[in-house]
Amino acid sequence: MSTETPRPAGTAEETVTDSPPATSGSVAASDFTTDTRVQTVSTAVDGYVVKLRSGDLGALPAIFGLVVLIILFYALRPETFLSKFNLANLLVQALPVTILAMGLVFVLLLGEIDLSAGVASGACAAVMAKLMVDSGTNWVFAVLAAAATGLLIGLLIGALVAIVRIPSFVVTLALFLGLQGIALKLIGEGGTVPIHNDVIYALANKYMPVWLGWTLAVACALVYAGIQLLRWQRQNAKGLSRRPLALIGLQVVLVAIALLGGAYVLNLNRARTPLAPFFGGVPWGVPLVAVLLIICTFVLGRTSYGRHLYAVGGNAEAARRAGINVTRLRMSVFMICSVLAAVSGIVAASRLNSVTPDAGAGNTLLYAVGAAVIGGTSLFGGKGKARDAILGGLVIAIIDNGLGLLGAKAYLNYLITGGFLLLAASIDALARRRRSATGR
Amino acid sequence: MPGRPGTPFPLSKGVQALSENGTPALELVGINKSFGAVHVLHDVDLAVYPGQVTALIGDNGAGKSTLIKSIAGIYPVDSGRILFEGNEVHIGSPKDAADLGIEIVYQDLALADNLDIAQNMFLGRERKRGIVLDEASMEQAARDTLARLSVRTVSSVRQLVASLSGGQRQTVAIAKAVLWESKVVVLDEPTAALGVAQTRQVLDLVRRLAETGHGVVLVSHNMNDVFEVADRITTLYLGRVAADVKRTDVTQSQVVELMTLGRSGDLGLAPATAAESI
Repeated sequence: MSTETPRPAGTAEETVTDSPPATSGSVAASDFTTDTRVQTVSTAVDGYVVKLRSGDLGALPAIFGLVVLIILFYALRPETFLSKFNLANLLVQALPVTILAMGLVFVLLLGEIDLSAGVASGACAAVMAKLMVDSGTNWVFAVLAAAATGLLIGLLIGALVAIVRIPSFVVTLALFLGLQGIALKLIGEGGTVPIHNDVIYALANKYMPVWLGWTLAVACALVYAGIQLLRWQRQNAKGLSRRPLALIGLQVVLVAIALLGGAYVLNLNRARTPLAPFFGGVPWGVPLVAVLLIICTFVLGRTSYGRHLYAVGGNAEAARRAGINVTRLRMSVFMICSVLAAVSGIVAASRLNSVTPDAGAGNTLLYAVGAAVIGGTSLFGGKGKARDAILGGLVIAIIDNGLGLLGAKAYLNYLITGGFLLLAASIDALARRRRSATGR
Repeated sequence: MPGRPGTPFPLSKGVQALSENGTPALELVGINKSFGAVHVLHDVDLAVYPGQVTALIGDNGAGKSTLIKSIAGIYPVDSGRILFEGNEVHIGSPKDAADLGIEIVYQDLALADNLDIAQNMFLGRERKRGIVLDEASMEQAARDTLARLSVRTVSSVRQLVASLSGGQRQTVAIAKAVLWESKVVVLDEPTAALGVAQTRQVLDLVRRLAETGHGVVLVSHNMNDVFEVADRITTLYLGRVAADVKRTDVTQSQVVELMTLGRSGDLGLAPATAAESI
């Protein structure tokens, strides 16, 4: 990509150094001749290949993993894995991991880690369940209390990491133990708190009416297409750098296929007997994740807060000198992560209809970190998107679900999931080495 | 293209007139600074004129870094006056300096590799519409700034900084200072880590910076660079100003003597002062 080669003599001699400085916003085209604004499909593809070669794989490993796993499990369990019953189940299985991973993306963007996010989700769910069962609190207040608990946990981690400057690894490892103690104290050893509330129960166990599922899917596809095309049109009108329209069209079509295809599969009748009433639809948890995805994508990509997160993850010193409050930013990501952990805990509680003292312990966190990293978020900071959590969450859920269908033993499940996380982290580390080697 | 290697820039008449009659953009008068018992700066005077490159040179430990950090607001000075465009000012923090229009381009540049050129240039001062980043206007402003400086070495303002060479990074860092309409730009060893071709680009840019009306302070060790782009040369010797001269009035060997011995012929510190400083 280096442009250090000397320019042709003819053009180089026509510098504007002797002319008065341009004061208006308009600039003669010759001043900045090498600036490329319009990409054609072929230069965009070339650019993408260069990006891949330099180690920036983006969503490719996750998509590759999805395809391979789907083929693998379909080959091994042709009659069950891709059945409409299992696909709905798989999606619900992916919900808690995906939400947790989305929170972790914020933390990972700064190059930090939150090992306590899993147990934080359990502790927050325990707070909610105890409030509803023991004191009959309205579900809204119980959910708010769970979120507030998450906020408090995040504030504690953030203060210890950003102000006291303990490595986040140590702080959250300590909380990993401490929060399990709190959950145990709240629920009691061997205890289980059941979830009776209809709204909470519906998140992972009830389905939207068919018409609503279709309407939302179509609306999302249309809004997505509209936003992409409007942005392109604005960039085009102002002569800003933009991607080729054909690629944007392709992207819009792919997203629309995913949305409508998903709606179609989930809206199939899943009633076990032909005579039973219609049973099917999109799980209520899916629009929840969609809303979170939209909010997180907006915050990371379109606000100065998000921009500053990337800057701190890329070069904290540069960000500090640019006047960015790094301490406050570092605290905020742990708070966001723990609040999203609380949401994840609530969805997990809905799926299991109960909260146990070991909710969110075990391999929950491993799954969530794995989901974020498989999706393309770097463990070294500065690189990651909210959508990584969705892609990676699906991969993780497929592994979990597929192994379940195969009847794999628990030890094998642990081994394989751990192996996948290591694989994803290796890809991340190798890609980073390659990036620094090629100067990207 | 002006400034081929070894060819000094001719001083324009306007610049000379300014240096004699105009108000300096930044003027330091009698600056003293001590760290504990170590007296680092003794009554240092420095004048930076708009449209001129003032080279600040000196051997290691002469006080160059301390002086620019005083200008940047990182070190408060013990005594002395700082005048900005003729008015006495107090610079107590880096923000004060930035608010006045003094931009320091540090040696390590401090750019975020994972952001593109436009994003880096606006880092910490993003333009917004409501809460949404105004990407269009930022991209346009970044492009206009690079065009104003006749930058030809980057292919797009949407290029990631990680993919840039050392000279291109220096260019982005300097363009950032221009974008913020800084009146005084202090460049700390801008060519220290660069190859021949890249040094060339940066020196051209330094010159253009002055031509667009900025007061430029060039901190450097490199005599060739200094003699190529500077209008005035201020030599520091053990915390004192040994000489403040026009580039056209001195030779390279004289400046080297000033730097290493504090005096050269009838230029520089009085023998007694030079000896006392040691």
